[in-house]
Amino acid sequence: MGLRLVLVTGRTLEQAAGMHKGKCSEEYRAAVSRGEIAPENLAALSLAEGGAALLRTEHGTAEVRLFSADLPAGLLFLPLGPFANTLVGDETEGTGMPSFKGIPVEVEPL
Amino acid sequence: MTERTEHVTCTFCGCLCDDITVEHEDGRISSVSRACPNGRAHFLDYAPAPHLPRIRGEEASWEEALAEATRILNAARSPLLYGLSSASTEAIRKAVSLADRLGAFVDSTSSVCHGPTGLAMQAVGEPTCTLGEVRSRADLLLFWGCNPAASHPRHFARYSTTAKGRFVPEGRKGRTVIFVDVRLTPGARSADLFLRVDPGCDFEVLTTLRALVREKPLREQEGVCLGGVSLGVLRDVATRLKSCRYGVAFMGMGLTMTRGRDVNVAELFRLVAELNTYTRFSVIPMRGHGNVTGADQVLTWQSGFPFAVSYARGYPRYGPGEFTAVDLLRRGDADAALILASDPAAHFPSRAAARLASIPTVVLDPEESLTARGATVWLPTGKAGIDVPGSAYRMDGVPLRLRPFLAPRRPSDEEILGRLLEEVAP
Amino acid sequence: MIRIRGGRVVDPANGVDGEVRDLWIREGRIVAPPPEPVPDVEVLDAEGMVVLPGGVDLHSHVAGGKENLGRKLRPEDHREHVRPREGSLRSGSGFTVPSTFLSGYLYAEMGYTTVMEAASAPLFARHAQEELEDLPMVDKGLFITLGNNHFVLEYLARGEEELLRNYVAWLLRATGAYAAKVVNPGGVENWKWGRNVSSLDEEVLSFGVTPRKILSGLAESVRKLGLPHPLHVHGINLGQTRSAGTTVDTAKTLDGLGGHLCHLQFLSYEEASEGSSLFRSAASRVATALEATTLSLDVGQIVFGGATTMTSDGPLEYALHRLTGAKWINDDVEGEGGGGVLPLSYDRRSRLSAEQWITGLELFLLLRDPWRLALTTDHPNGGPFFCYPQIMRLLMDRSYREEVIATLPPKVRSGALLPSLDREYSLSEIAVITRAAPARILGLRNKGHLGIGADADVALYDQVFTDGTPCRCAKYPSCRRALSRVRHLVKGGEVVIRDGKIVKEVSGRRLCVIPPFDESLEPRLRKQFSETYSVAFENYALEEGEFPHREVVPCSKT
Repeated sequence: MGLRLVLVTGRTLEQAAGMHKGKCSEEYRAAVSRGEIAPENLAALSLAEGGAALLRTEHGTAEVRLFSADLPAGLLFLPLGPFANTLVGDETEGTGMPSFKGIPVEVEPL
Repeated sequence: MTERTEHVTCTFCGCLCDDITVEHEDGRISSVSRACPNGRAHFLDYAPAPHLPRIRGEEASWEEALAEATRILNAARSPLLYGLSSASTEAIRKAVSLADRLGAFVDSTSSVCHGPTGLAMQAVGEPTCTLGEVRSRADLLLFWGCNPAASHPRHFARYSTTAKGRFVPEGRKGRTVIFVDVRLTPGARSADLFLRVDPGCDFEVLTTLRALVREKPLREQEGVCLGGVSLGVLRDVATRLKSCRYGVAFMGMGLTMTRGRDVNVAELFRLVAELNTYTRFSVIPMRGHGNVTGADQVLTWQSGFPFAVSYARGYPRYGPGEFTAVDLLRRGDADAALILASDPAAHFPSRAAARLASIPTVVLDPEESLTARGATVWLPTGKAGIDVPGSAYRMDGVPLRLRPFLAPRRPSDEEILGRLLEEVAP
Repeated sequence: MIRIRGGRVVDPANGVDGEVRDLWIREGRIVAPPPEPVPDVEVLDAEGMVVLPGGVDLHSHVAGGKENLGRKLRPEDHREHVRPREGSLRSGSGFTVPSTFLSGYLYAEMGYTTVMEAASAPLFARHAQEELEDLPMVDKGLFITLGNNHFVLEYLARGEEELLRNYVAWLLRATGAYAAKVVNPGGVENWKWGRNVSSLDEEVLSFGVTPRKILSGLAESVRKLGLPHPLHVHGINLGQTRSAGTTVDTAKTLDGLGGHLCHLQFLSYEEASEGSSLFRSAASRVATALEATTLSLDVGQIVFGGATTMTSDGPLEYALHRLTGAKWINDDVEGEGGGGVLPLSYDRRSRLSAEQWITGLELFLLLRDPWRLALTTDHPNGGPFFCYPQIMRLLMDRSYREEVIATLPPKVRSGALLPSLDREYSLSEIAVITRAAPARILGLRNKGHLGIGADADVALYDQVFTDGTPCRCAKYPSCRRALSRVRHLVKGGEVVIRDGKIVKEVSGRRLCVIPPFDESLEPRLRKQFSETYSVAFENYALEEGEFPHREVVPCSKT
């Protein structure tokens, strides 16, 4: 029972704070593997708060924990970091900039 | 004995706050005031004690490490110098000099941040201002695709929404604040107006705004993408933009990282330029790293181009999309890399990070970042503004002097790059 | 010790006009010939060459915030104009906006040894100084803009003369600057509200002072501080049909107080006909007015071809954007004015460009005293600095000038004064307007001449004339090429160019002033500082280490 969403990656204070602790720290891992989606999307996946999910884009997969947030339905937000990076491709469309936002992603509850 | 240094400049982000007070004793920082959480961590988490370099994860002497670094650079046929963004301006000047000497590629973190903004500026220009003007005059602020609460936490209070200035003494009450984003971020919550735009539709919304500002007759039509925003709402926004006294737009990754990239930014810049027909309007890109603007400046004044430079033919060439780091790694065009003051292993798409891990790398970083951990040679240098002097450029181009307060116990990036310049083959 | 042997020396400041004589150099200076033979003398054979003092460019935009925005804006300017690295010399790129190392090399290869960066907002002085550090081969200095500075405007409004003078002194010291500059006084502050100024008596919004008051107040401060160079002025109404009128008014205002009017060509226009929005040259009117004063000027000649405009005149750059649609950069600087950048092109088929070209040449040819005049293009606004030799040739060779005039639009030719002006500059007069006069205007007593005690900045060119007589330009190919590129260059007593190639890279010195200053100003300034600036007072001023190779030029006692 998967969902197709649009993945947007970005900065959060928790991701930055974890970064300062060191990118191998628990805080960092927890911060950057924390995905957020709209409550109705979480419900559609039959996931509880913090439930594990598998994300898949054409570039790779990542296992994350999903939480509800004030987001429009259809959007998945994931902080910058190693989890997001496996989902982002290295094509830059001639600009140097990979596609870090607006990536089609399939979400399956685990 | 605790010592206190005031007016310290934090180099974590493009805000370059220079009002930080730091207390330190016995060469360790004990407290930091006024900084945001990122700034606090920037200072408090730094351990200034000297560190031995590492070659392939094993500790080595500085001489051994420098010799190995030199060997790597000399052996490389197409080395890449990347990052630059948290180093002092002086270190960056040495890095570009080294790239010129080596015939290397040189690229800054701009390429995965505001590179598209630079492309847009080169296409259509950029009406801008310094942050003090925002505080002093701006009665309308437009935040497009950026989230200062997470990326530049003190921006609102020091420079923008709540800051008080000569012509805006009431601060927040004297301003209209508009946020445009795909999601409601903390800053957007306290805006006067929030526009939620569908992902990848900023260009359509911007171009429609431009048409409305010019009072073109428009009507809604079935099937035409307006990014989920109604024409009526956009009409209201256009009116507000035109009737303010001094408007400033801030933009970020929401425009540069999504479909359209530089084309999105160019559309915003065009809108800002055209608003000057009716009022005064400027735009300030929310530059991320503390001295990425400095990297931009140095590369430009020394080579003519702000990022994505190749010196392979003996003279500087500009190639966004070709000489940018992610593209070089994807195509396997870089056979070694020197990474200065940045952490691509943590921030690049994983394929690019994997490619980076497969070539010899020399990493200059005060911290043992992910990139440093995977480096062939890690050179643990000092930290700009803490134990390393120099200058840094704020997001609006204002150059600030760094006021280091700890005695240096590590070599600086500038010193190490100077050594490499002496050692590498001409 | 170096002996420059057997060249034709042209040193107008010391009355030498083409005599064959030797020059002796020791420890960076021109010295008298040694009374007895000295061992280890390096001889630079100058037979068949013309020996001039190193060129002095007193107004150019080569380093700083705007300059770098210009470079970044225009990758298209750089791609076809590259210089590869050579040995330890750095590579570079750029035509109208060359990168810094390339700029230094190009100036030196042209025989110039001193360059003034003509405008930086004080808040960006640190940036300008850092770029100047990467501008090799030439001695250099920085002018800081004051004419839209909030502290200046406030002190003027309150009639606080002493406070103003003290502030100007403080600012010059804090920025490591050489001189005080004014650009469109009051107009750039008004631009922040979408307006400008159009007369010297129009009020500046929120401050209540006028451009006239700003000019006279600052000129007086500069004079009282005893600065070597007077107030350097980019006047109001640049590019407008009413500019000649305001230039005459400006000159009257400044006469007696001291001033240098820069790139005056751009401010010497009048209506082409009554009520017309087109302009034509009013050089004759301006020249007459100037000759009645003791003011100096530089011309700001345009050169047909590409240019990049960059000035601290924010509203001007916007007006150019509205006129041409070209990509436009604006930068409002808190409390200090602002500026902008815009690519531009001067086309000989365009009436406007042709009129501008004519205006500049008329100024050169009508002003009788070359000692008040400096040759510039306001690089890169009027054209690249390496086009100076082309202008020298236009001034020296009437037949070449006529050839170019013949290519201009007939309507413009027929209405202009220029075709009837048959004056030709002598080589000595060229040496005045490119060396001796700018040095004197800048107050640099050891530059622009080859007398004993002068800095040993010496340019040797292959002979300009073919028949042995001095001072008349012979043929086009030999003249232009000769003055375009030195054969040898001595900088600060070292041979840096030999047979046209740079053999030694030197960093050049940073010329600056340290005017007298009353420290009691600082607490007052500190208190008001945060109202205007978003940086801390403690972090604003540059420290000595930030501009190495400093040479302090003394202020005179007044």
